[in-house]
Amino acid sequence: MTEGAPRLLVAVAAGGAVGAVLRHLAGEVAPDGAGFPWTTFGVNVVGCALLAGLGLIPLARRSETWAAALGPGLLGGFTTFSATSEQGRALLADGDAALAASYLLGTLGACLLAVLLVGRFAPPLPRDEER
Amino acid sequence: MIATLCVAAGAAVGAPLRFALGRRYDGALPWGVLAANVAASLLLGLCVGWSLDGNALALVGVGFCGGMSTYSSFAVQTRDLGLRPGTTYAVLTLGLGLAATTLGFVAAGR
Repeated sequence: MTEGAPRLLVAVAAGGAVGAVLRHLAGEVAPDGAGFPWTTFGVNVVGCALLAGLGLIPLARRSETWAAALGPGLLGGFTTFSATSEQGRALLADGDAALAASYLLGTLGACLLAVLLVGRFAPPLPRDEER
Repeated sequence: MIATLCVAAGAAVGAPLRFALGRRYDGALPWGVLAANVAASLLLGLCVGWSLDGNALALVGVGFCGGMSTYSSFAVQTRDLGLRPGTTYAVLTLGLGLAATTLGFVAAGR
């Protein structure tokens, strides 16, 4: 851990809280019903696209603290892997292996596609020591 | 309103925990983020198996587990690793995540 660790941890905590609340609200507005969990799917794809585009935001390029708050914080908290695993497990337990596979692999595929597409237009974030 | 605060509180602990694990253990493969995602999946399986609901589920399941786990870093890391290590990382994450949540659910006694 570097010297700036406590400041970065606080930034990630604050960003993560905001991101998780946004994900929670998305679930309140449009709950995942039975079948394909579209809301969680959408949250994850949008969050992945935004993280891949973080290098386009000057604030994130300038400040390591803001990059932590927005990246692993806000977008890390907004997206979720645990819910995806649990939803896949529940679909499997319901005997719907095809739907479980299409959800788990569909999320991975759509998120990677979003990252690759947005990444073509976004510069990588500067490494810490270059900032 | 209380549930929303529970989500925020849980994520305010889970997200920095994931970040710290990543900074400490991410190497040739992102072992730290992998561990965070698998551990959060295990705990969420337990929460669902225990039938947590209301504010408890908001705090631990939606907030802590959701904040500790991440899809965005996982996807960006998979891209950055390139084809072969990226495939290994993705298969490990998805496979161990599904196994962990199943283990948690079963261990909860349902």
